[in-house]
Formats: sequence, C-alpha cells, structure tokens
Amino acid sequence: MSQSNPSSSWLARLTGGQARQKLLAFASLIALILIFTVLKPDAFMTQDNIIGILQSTTVIGVLAVASTFIIITSGIDLSVGVLMTFCAVMAGVFLVNMGMPLPLGILCAVAMGAFTGCLSGLAITKLKVPPFIATLGMMMLLKGLSLIITSTRPIYFNDIEGFDQIALGSVIGDLIPALPIPNGVLIMFLVAVVCAVILNKTALGRYTFALGSNEEAVRLSGVNVDRWKVIIYAFSGGICGIAGLLIASRLNSAQPALGQGYELDAIAAVVIGGTSLSGGVGTIMGTIIGAFIMSVLINGLRIMSVAQEWQMVLTGLIIILAVYTDNLRRNKK
Amino acid sequence: MNAKRQLLALTAGLALAGFSSFASAQEIYIPLISKGFQHQFWQAVKQGADQAAKDYKVKVTFEGPETEQQVDKQIDMLSAAMAKKPAAIGLAALDSKAAIPLLKKALAAKIPVIAFDSGVDSDIPVTTATTNNVSAAALAADKMAEKIGGEGEVAVIAHDQTSRTGVDRRDGFLNQIKAKYPKIKVVDVQYGGDQLKSAEIAKALVQAHPKLKGIFGTNEPGAIGAGKGIKEAKKTGVTIIGFDSGKAQKDMINDGTIAGAITQNPVGIGYKTVEAAVKTLKGEKLPKIIDTGFYYYDKSNMKEAKIAAVLYD
Repeated sequence: MSQSNPSSSWLARLTGGQARQKLLAFASLIALILIFTVLKPDAFMTQDNIIGILQSTTVIGVLAVASTFIIITSGIDLSVGVLMTFCAVMAGVFLVNMGMPLPLGILCAVAMGAFTGCLSGLAITKLKVPPFIATLGMMMLLKGLSLIITSTRPIYFNDIEGFDQIALGSVIGDLIPALPIPNGVLIMFLVAVVCAVILNKTALGRYTFALGSNEEAVRLSGVNVDRWKVIIYAFSGGICGIAGLLIASRLNSAQPALGQGYELDAIAAVVIGGTSLSGGVGTIMGTIIGAFIMSVLINGLRIMSVAQEWQMVLTGLIIILAVYTDNLRRNKK
Repeated sequence: MNAKRQLLALTAGLALAGFSSFASAQEIYIPLISKGFQHQFWQAVKQGADQAAKDYKVKVTFEGPETEQQVDKQIDMLSAAMAKKPAAIGLAALDSKAAIPLLKKALAAKIPVIAFDSGVDSDIPVTTATTNNVSAAALAADKMAEKIGGEGEVAVIAHDQTSRTGVDRRDGFLNQIKAKYPKIKVVDVQYGGDQLKSAEIAKALVQAHPKLKGIFGTNEPGAIGAGKGIKEAKKTGVTIIGFDSGKAQKDMINDGTIAGAITQNPVGIGYKTVEAAVKTLKGEKLPKIIDTGFYYYDKSNMKEAKIAAVLYD
C-alpha cells in the first residue's frame, strides 16, 4: 500500500477490488468444506460437528473483528487476547465477587474493555509509543493484572443464574428444536453485522479507513487524528470485552492465564480475510470468512486424524498462501 | 487464476495430509485428548499410548493444546474427537469442570470416557489412570529416612497448598514419617512454587534449623530450588529428595546435590489409559482409580532402560 496515493482514493479502494478478495476467500472456504465433506462425510458434515465448528469460531471471530478496525488504521493490537481474558476476569469480579446483577455486570465488563482500549490509544497518540510496543506492554500488564486479581485461580460462574446461557444457551433451538445453534454464534454474527455497518456507514468507519490510507492528509485537512485513534482503540477494546464474556460463559469460568496467543489467531483471520497489514483496506465479512477458514481447516484436519504437528504446518502454509494471492492482486493494480 | 492456484495448493496439501490417516472402518478408534503435547512429559504419555495401541491392535490419536491454559481449545479438540464417533475417549482435563457438558454428551452417545493424569468433577469417566501421589511421596519419605539414618530434622518444600498433587504429596510424606519414623521430626513445611522462591526458602530453612538433615521438594522447581539454595548457602550434609525429572534436576542428582527423586511413569499413564479403554469396551469392570506407578531413581539407576524411558529433560 503506497502512502503517496491521494487521500480521496480510500473510498474508491473500499468499493473496488475488495469484492474479488472476498470472493476468493469465500471460494477457499467452500472448497475446504467440500474437500472435508468428501473425505469424511459421516463425521465432518454432521450437525454436532458443524455446531462444534461454529462454536469454536465465536471467540476468535469476535477478536478478529476487533482487530480488523485496528489493522485498517495500519496499527496493530497485540493485547486483544489477554484483554479478552482481563474482561472475563473483571466479569467474574463484578458478578461473583461484587454480586452485581447480570446485565450490569456484563455492561461493566464491556466498559472495562473499552476503557483499557482507550488507555492503549492514549499511549499511542499522547506518549507517541508505536502501536506494536504500546499493545505489547499492555499485553504483559493485563496478563499480570488478571493473575493478581484472581490469585492465579479461575473464577467460576456456577452460582450466576443464566451466565452460561450467554454463549451456550440456544434461543434458536428453543424456537426450532432441530437447529440448536448456540447463542454465542448468534452474538458473533450480530457483532459482525453491527461492526460492518459502523465500518462502512459511520464517521468512525470513515476515519478508520482514512487513518490507514493517509494519516498525514487527514491531519492536514483539520481532523483531530489523535481523538479518533483513541476512539477506535476504545471501540475495539469494547468488542474484546464481548469476546471475554463469550469465553467466560462458554467455560463457565474466567481462566486468568488463558488468552496469550489468541491475538495471533485473530490477526491471521483478519489477514486471510483480505485486510492489509499496511492499512486502509479491509472488510468485516472478509475477517469472518477468514476466521471460518481457520476453524474449518483445523476441525477438518482433526476429523481426519492428521497429526497435530502437521495441522500447524498446514495452517501456516494456508496463511502465507492467502496473503500471497492478496499481494498478487494488489501488485496488478 | 489465483483462485485456481490457491485451490490447487489446498487440495494438494490436504491430499498429502489425508494420505497417512485413513483407517479401516472396523478398527477400534480411541482419541486421547491430553493437557499438552510439546512437553516431554506428554510425549512420554503418547509413547505409552502408542505402545498399547500396537499391543491391543487399536488406533489411537493424541492431541493437546499448546499451553495448559487453553481450556477452550481443549474443548474444541474433544468436540472434534466426538464427531469421529470413537469407540472410547481418553481425557486429561485442564479444568475439572469445563468439559462436563461434553462428557454428558459422550455418556448419552454411550462413548466410555477414561480420565488420565487428573480427574474431572464427575462420575462419568469409567476410571482415572493417574499416579498415586500419596504412595509416591511415602516412598520419598522411606528413602529420606534411609539416607539420614532414621533420625533427625527434615523439612518439606511443597509446590502449593491447593492443587491435588500438592496436597497429596505433602500429606503422603508427612503421614509416612509420622507413622514409621518416630525419631524423624518435620520442622517446617513451606510453599515454593518456582525455582527461585524454593531456593530462598531452602536458604532460610538451613539458617533457621542448623541441624537440618533433609529436604523433600515435592515437584521439579521445588527440588531444583532446594538444591540451588543449599549450594548458595554452602551447606553440606543436607539430603534432598526430589520429584519428577528435568535436566537441571538430573544434573544435580549426578553431581550429588540431590540424593535422588521420585519419577512418575508417564509412559505407564498412556499405556494404562488405552488398556483401560480396551478393557471397558470388552465389558470388564475397572477400579475407579488405576495407579500408573512411580519409581525412585538416583545416580546408580538413572541409565537403566526402565528408568531412562520415563525421565525427561
């Protein structure tokens, strides 16, 4: 992505070219599903397994949506995984230790995510620490805090009525018993749709793209760049809070040492989905497809009993391949 | 064209992967979901499972998350394993509660579950193949008594107050001393957790108890820390008995800092898990807990095949 493009072209880029990358990613996902279905029809294409795949995509999917905003601004957030955990731990503190009512506890946990994201944004804009370092520091700091707050032991939500229903209950299944799709999956799609609208239709979304395309031009046109950056990081942090609630609900516990490494899975999903690490380009739908490519691939390889070491090798190859095809398309322009 | 190339590579990759993994439909398939797979301890468990698979002519796969905190990834693995409609499942649960909804599903689908290494808070597993830490620590007490001549002051550096292994090893040692060696006095039980903390504790122990003759370190960092602390304090005549292995501990056993250590039998854990699954499928009744065994090792028998096979670096 060349920074010398006139800033007015970000809108053109948003609409042009990306359809193709999305199509490519979508075609790859369908191809993967077809391959596994043909190879293991009796195990892969079963309702239980499909729900397993959907379930395993929820947390990384939501984290990847949060990362998409940051990566489009040409930033990076290494703290999303542990921020998720931190929010899960805070949900434990609010609900279990302080006994808040469920809706208030949920709201406060998400607010903690936004607040922490805001702090990362301030470190980047006011202290001029590069995003990589600021969020790396935040990652270590939050991991430590989660361990301190919990005395390194999980907080269990067993006594919080309805908490496990956030991710594991099934509103759809209650209406249509044949389709027991867990609520966590619905929440992921809901987050994705809302974020896609925000990214494409609101000022927040416009500035996200503009900052990634040409930050200097945006600054020169009189926009308060720092303020928008802080808002974007805070917004992304709030979404990490939602991911935190999803994982806490799924495990019915806040596991304080979990989360490191999840940021890399999220970044991989974003990149496979066609968002450029150099900023200015990206879609939420692509990211969700990217997250599904990862989870379908890993589930399918597991179903085929491929050794774990080879699962890693293949996942790595797919990521490199995905970005390579993306580059080919870019260079042609 | 790009799309074509991508698809081609995908297909090629998958074909390659699929090549080695087709099993015949009649084969008895038992997936083992472990707490990890990179650590030497888990590789030894896998080795035992593979051996049992060969002996009983069943197919076994072994998977575990990258770190012992990734509870959700372990559940994804368990869920994928169940989709394969296995004959039985082996599980070393990372969190004793989180896997229960899936285990209920296994029960409903009549897939027997064998717990290994650590149990779950549920009656669903047919049995649990694990080290009997109480008897293992009692053996440590016997060895300690033997080395210090059956009398004098000893202390314990345990790894924590709460985990099952921490409690069992501490109490196993203390009860054995109380029951069999009235002339040995346990002057202190401290909790280390990591090497550094354990080393500081060991130094403080020899300061506070100049007549101290022995220290039992209940896990790898506890034993190594005790060795380091005694070395730093330039104290001699303190017998250290350790637990598990690891390169540093083995080195200290070789140079005489640590007298010897108890090792669990990870190979046995893997073997007994698969064996228990096979027996359950044949309809045999199993005890609720299967002791997978442990050994005492020191400089003299470290190289023996039976011992060397269960030690890790």
